[in-house]
Formats: sequence, structure tokens, C-alpha cells
Amino acid sequence: MTIDHDVLVLGAGLAGMRAALEAAREGADVAIVTKVHPIRSHSSAAQGGINAALGEGDSWESHAFDTIKGSDYLADQDAVEVMCREAPADIVEFEHMGVIFYRNEDGKLGTRAFGGASQARTYFVGDITGQALLVTLYDQILKAGVKVYEEWFATTLYVENGACRGLVALEMITGELHLVRAKAVIDAAGGLGRVFEPSTNALICTGDGYALAYRAGAPLMDMEMVQYHPTTLAGSGFLMSEAARGEGAYLLNSEGERFMKRYAPNKMELAARDVCSRSEVTEIAEGRGIDGNVLLDCRHLGADVILKKLPQIHEMALDYVGLDMIKDPIPVRPGMHYQMGGVKTDATGATRLQGLYAAGEVACVSVHGGNRLGANSLLDTIVFGRRSGKASAAYVKGVAGSRGGENVLHAEQARMQELLARPYTGETHARLRLELATMMDKHCGVYRNEAGLTEALKRLSGLKARYEKIAVGDKSRIFNQALTFALEVGFMLDCADAIVRSALERKESRGAQSRTDYPERNDAEWLKHILITYRTGKEPELSYAPVTITQWKPEARSY
Amino acid sequence: MQFTIEVGRYNPEGNYDERAVAGKPYPPPWDKASPRRYQTYTVDLPAHAVVLDALIAIREYQDESLAVRCACRSAICGSCAMWVNGHAHLACKSKLTTFTKDGKTRVEAPPSMPVIRDLVADMTPFWEKHHAVKPWLEAKQPEPPPMEEYRVPNAAMEELIQEVSCISCGACLMDCESFAVNPDFLGPQALAQAYRYAGDPRDAETKERLGAYSGPGGIWDCTHCYECVTQCPKGVAPLEQILKLRRLAVDAGFTNNAGTRHADAFADSVKHSGRLNELTLLPRSVGFFNILDQLKTLPSAFNMIRAGKLPPLIHKSIPGVQRIKNIFARVGGRFK
Repeated sequence: MTIDHDVLVLGAGLAGMRAALEAAREGADVAIVTKVHPIRSHSSAAQGGINAALGEGDSWESHAFDTIKGSDYLADQDAVEVMCREAPADIVEFEHMGVIFYRNEDGKLGTRAFGGASQARTYFVGDITGQALLVTLYDQILKAGVKVYEEWFATTLYVENGACRGLVALEMITGELHLVRAKAVIDAAGGLGRVFEPSTNALICTGDGYALAYRAGAPLMDMEMVQYHPTTLAGSGFLMSEAARGEGAYLLNSEGERFMKRYAPNKMELAARDVCSRSEVTEIAEGRGIDGNVLLDCRHLGADVILKKLPQIHEMALDYVGLDMIKDPIPVRPGMHYQMGGVKTDATGATRLQGLYAAGEVACVSVHGGNRLGANSLLDTIVFGRRSGKASAAYVKGVAGSRGGENVLHAEQARMQELLARPYTGETHARLRLELATMMDKHCGVYRNEAGLTEALKRLSGLKARYEKIAVGDKSRIFNQALTFALEVGFMLDCADAIVRSALERKESRGAQSRTDYPERNDAEWLKHILITYRTGKEPELSYAPVTITQWKPEARSY
Repeated sequence: MQFTIEVGRYNPEGNYDERAVAGKPYPPPWDKASPRRYQTYTVDLPAHAVVLDALIAIREYQDESLAVRCACRSAICGSCAMWVNGHAHLACKSKLTTFTKDGKTRVEAPPSMPVIRDLVADMTPFWEKHHAVKPWLEAKQPEPPPMEEYRVPNAAMEELIQEVSCISCGACLMDCESFAVNPDFLGPQALAQAYRYAGDPRDAETKERLGAYSGPGGIWDCTHCYECVTQCPKGVAPLEQILKLRRLAVDAGFTNNAGTRHADAFADSVKHSGRLNELTLLPRSVGFFNILDQLKTLPSAFNMIRAGKLPPLIHKSIPGVQRIKNIFARVGGRFK
């Protein structure tokens, strides 16, 4: 089947749905392709809140400075300005749409404190902020009548004459491949957390959007900047919201000491995430951990605060480690959480591939630079989701629709048939994924060095060779997940490759990139972005882009 | 620890028995009406493992053809609601040790929904019901200016957090007794979301909503079986939200319906005699002059007579009925 739209959004998380809503408001014929129902998107797992300088005494400049300092000066300051200036209006718009944000005594929006922020500017709904925003936005999509192709799995972007003109997607429920043509595509396919094991991310966060755009020719930027969240639950790696520390929780080592006083004496537990994660790894490495974990202690907050403001993580701790936060400290450790880098875009979401826009975690504007502040990711999705929706709707007015693309569809059909027909080889999606992800955690985690990264690159090339022989252990057409998992492993390998190459290239420590062989930040040589561009049949090309500095000159970063 | 999992398998394309795990050609299209088959797997997992861990282990290392939706693994995304030992649960929240019965755990797609494949249910009815209650705010006018929020007390927001906690997993609808006999019933999830908006002080269409929800398939079609309250993994307690909607609807004057008449008849009967007069309950509920609907109940009435379930023809008051009347007087309101 061949379908035509003006604007096609890939992904139905917050960024994708916000983009679709905006494009629809601008009068474009817009549709969404998503591999899961919109409500299942991983935006729902964002717990703590969303930042904006909306309160009295706060200013967008203060928010911008905190964000830039948090980024270790790698963020582009013009993009940060856009985000922080527009944040208040976007938050209020969601309030008008119906989000039940927490209020203070006079009935106005109230805040909580968050890491790396000089003011309490995080707006929230309990510890289910992402879910509250996502459901509200989904209901807006219903109201606006936006077409959603649900459980359609994108296999490739369709590029014609140097412009993105749509994509090919597998309809899971029938097993049919479709060509969806569009004058503009917005890539909002979310993160790549599963490239690492353990990760806070859902099983669906497999880097599809990065790999699709990368293969189509759009460069990726800042890919070495992988955020490890300081508080993920022992064992499962589930996220224990930063809201816990925002409400006043302590991090303790095996001696019961609030160890952050030695690493960030001013902000303590509310230092930026990269700082807290490194401190925890150091504590554990120096023998002050408990079975590879430290403790998150909420006991002094009291049952009322825990049950009212942190109900979800309270329940998760009960369910998955059998501990009651009201009475017990919870074992936590740093776990892969977020990719700061992504498809390089400008502040309108436009990538370097004509007709392709990107927004949300998959994009790199860059507002997060080397380290994202907590509660800035939800903000990123709604500000740049909206902007890419608007810009793409304006762009398509001057573009004629493609009449071609059947050749791409046929090529994808042949590729899928070949993959399905391949006999059993012993290489399965599960084995390859697990090997890849544990290897990435080992060599490309909180601390990195040349030897480890070189080893990672070698292992990756072995995994890629084995991936060429992957077999799909299910031959059905209907809801063949073995097939989509196999395709996802392919995406993840491309993402991992870009991450390792960029990490190897950046010979300094900045933000989430901590090189034990280059422990200092080196502004003279490395105050610049690393871009990576895919080349068919050749090694990818690395290049640089300057960091935009407006009013905040780089200075030493301490909390 | 070893766990035995019995999984309900279904694939409209073919019988799994004839299919190899890998390498064999498609079997011909298969009879869709065939009964559900169960396939038994054994998995070795830690004692604290949940049902979803077992399903993922099977799918990854034993049988890639097992279809199951899941994403977050931590009861947030709502993907993995299914039947575990005959009731709707999130697989990711169901501990294997708790759900092992007679040495095994049985997992299957809920029979109340169409099945796409294996554990993957067709959730279309669920999403259509969600959409049907108009689950969006109709902004109360005047809407505050673009940079200003609605001023509402935090208590009014906290009142709704229970409904907003809904992750749309569908467990409530899967086990809803009313939905099982009446596919048009809006169901617990949709009605809980209906209250989420009807109860929002920023909504402009509370009255229109209450009118719409009072119609056929709406709030009065719930039979209070409490399955939704028991099965909800997030404590949304949909039935409680339905009861709130009923109170709001009656207070708003939406009383011309069988549900309200039924409640009134129930209350009147108890008030006057201290117990239920089942003979007058039905005509009063559907309306005394609604002969057609009364006739429709005749077959059930005959069955009840045959089964010896006919209520006494002469309705007597219980001793001390005056005390019941005093209670009604004290409660006041509609039933004074």
C-alpha cells in the first residue's frame, strides 16, 4: 500500500505528538507512524517534572545558565536561550490543556527542587509527570483527529534526490510493508537506552530514529554524551526519580555517610547527574558500596511526603526489591538513562537532510551538551516538538509530493523476505543484543579510556559481522516480533558504533564523557561538537562543529 | 528457581505444532475457530522474578515465535495486561511465586477481547471507549491569558491524581462483568477518565458530560462487581469514580433514566418496608408505562418462577421499620 501525507511524524511520544499537533494546527495533513500505541511510549516513564523559569524571582537567563553549566559548556547557547525563553508559555499551555500540575497555597503552579538548578523551577504531577503530560497530549491528538498508524515499524527512510520524502513501515498486525510518502518527515522516535545493559529505558528504546536518519545521510552529533542516572534500582535498573533527592533524600555509602559532601559540598545530592554518578562509582570502587550499590535514603522525608509526592517509586521499590522507602533505604546505582546526542538539528528541528526534521531525545539541538539537567528532557520534547511541527508545516507548503518510491518499497520487501527465509544460524537477536549492551556498559560507561574504547570498536566489528548472519526464529507474517527485534539490533549496532567512535575521538573529560586517560576538560582543543556521518561501505566520517557561545563564557564547573 | 509457564497460543496463520522454530516454510492458513492451545515452558529465574521475566526469557532463548507486548517492565507503560491464572494482571507486576498454582502459572490473552496472536489482544474496543467519553478538557471561559494558569486549589488537582494514575492497560475492562454481557458498556477505564474531566474545575462542559454519561452504556450499566477495583494495578478504583459520576449526574438533574429510577425504587422500598420489593423494582426502573421493555423481561421472569425464585406476592414490612425511616430522615437529601 502507498499512502501520502504532508507531514509524517515517526514516533508518538511527547515530541512526536506535540509536533503532530502543531503541524495539524498549522493546517498540514499530518499523520503519525509509531511502533507502539502512543500511550506506551517511553515519555510516560519520565517521573520528576519539567523545568521552566515561570515563578517570581526566576528568569530564563538563570535557567539557561544552569542548563549551560550542567552541559559542561557544550550546549549551543542560542538553542538553550530558545528553550528557556519559551518554556514558561509551553508549560502553561499544557496546564490549559488539562495537566493537573501541583499547586501551591494560592492555587498557582508550584515547584520542587531538582539537580543542578539554582532555583526550584521544576513543575510536576506527583512522580508521574511524563505520564500526565503524555495522556493529556494523546487526548489532544484524539480531539484534533490526527491519523495514527499504530504498531507500524519503520524499516527505512525514503530519500529521493537528496530530500527525505517519507518512509517504509511494517504493519505489525498484518505483516505488510507500506510506503508512506510525505513532503516532510519528523523523526521523533525516542532514545537508544537498550544499547546499554542495564538501562532505565524501556525495551522499545532501541535507537531506531538515530539509525534511520544516520543511514539516510543526516549526521549525528554529541553521540559520546551518554547520561548515567545516579539512582536506578539495584537489579532491574528501574528509574528512581531524581524527585526523591529533589524532595530531600540522601545518598549514603556503606558507612552511612552522605558521601556527596566530598564531591559537591554545596549542592550535595542535587549536583548534576554526571557528577553524582561518578561519585557513586568512585565510592563503590573504593569499597564503600553495598553489593555494587549505594543507598537512597528517604526515611526522614516521612510517610506523607513519600506517599503523596513519590508514590510510584515507593511502589516500585516494594514490588521489585521488596523494600519500603518509608522504613528502609533503597539500593541504587548509576544506570544508563539518556542520550544527550542525536540527529543534528537547528532550533526549528531541521536536520542537514532536506525534508527531515527531528525532535526529542533522538535530536541534538544541542540544548543538553555534555550532560542534561533533570526535568529538561520533557521540556526539550515539548518546545522542539512544537517548533519542528510548525517549521515542517511551513516547509511543506512550497514542496510538491513525491510520485515515486515504489523501488524503495520493493527493496525493503526483498530485504524482509531474505531475512525471514534465512536458515537458523545460531545468531539470535537476544544473544547479539545482550552481548552488545553489556559490552557497551563495560567499555563505554561512566568511565572510559582509549584501551576500553578500542576494544569496544573491535568487539563491535565482530558483532556486526555476526549480525549479517542473524536468523529470525519466527516465520509468521502476523505480529512477527522476532523480525522487528532483529531489525532493532541492526539499529542498535549503528548507534553503538557512532557512540564509541565519538567517545574515542573526544580526548578530554567533559560532562558525561569521563576519560581516565584524559581526566581534564580541555576547552582549547575540545570546546566543539563531534559530528558523525554515515558512508555506505566505508568507515563513517567524523567532523566538528563549533559550540555557539552567546553570553556565558566557559568557566570551571563545581557544585 | 524453576518455574513452569503454560502459555495460551494462537496464531491465525498457522498451527504452531506444524511449525518449526526456524527454517521451515509457512503452513497454510489455518482455521481461526480452533480452540486455544496451551504450550508449556520451563524457565529458570530468580525467586523474585515476575511473569513478564518468564515470558521474555522464553521469547529470547526458547521460542522466538511467542508474541507478547511489553515495554517498560515496571508497571508504567501499560502494555502487558493479560490473563494470569484466569484474571487480568500486568505480567510485569505479577510475581511468579505468588502466581504459581498447582506447580504452574497459566498465562493467556483475555477472552473478553479479540486476540491478534498469542498474548497480544486487539485493544480496539478499549481505545474506542476511551475516545467515546471525550477525554479532553473543554476549557472553562474565560481561559486565562497565555502566560497565566487557571487558579485552582491543589486539593482539586490531588483529587484527580487517582484517575490520572491510570496507565490504560485495560485490565479493568478485560475482567469487567458488565462488558462481558454488553459490549456497548463504556467500561471502567473510560468512565474513570470521564470523571477525571467531569471532576476538573477547569472544565466547561461538566453538565453536557454528565448527561452523555447517563445514557445507555454509561454510568448506570455498571453492576458493582468490583472486578475493576480488584484488578487495577495502579489503584485507580474505577468503580469509585463511576459512583462519583452517578452522584454528580443525579445532582445535576439527570434522573430520567432506568439507573436513577432503579436507585430511587430501591431506596423507596427499603425506606417504606425495610426491605426490597422485587416485584415493583423492575417496573419502576424501566418505567410503569414502558410495557415493551417490561414484556422483554418475561422470559427471565418465567425462568425465575420455574427455579422457585419468585419473590413473595404480598410484600411485608420488617419489624421496627420506623428505625429505618429515621435513618433515611437523618441522611436527608434525595431520599428524605
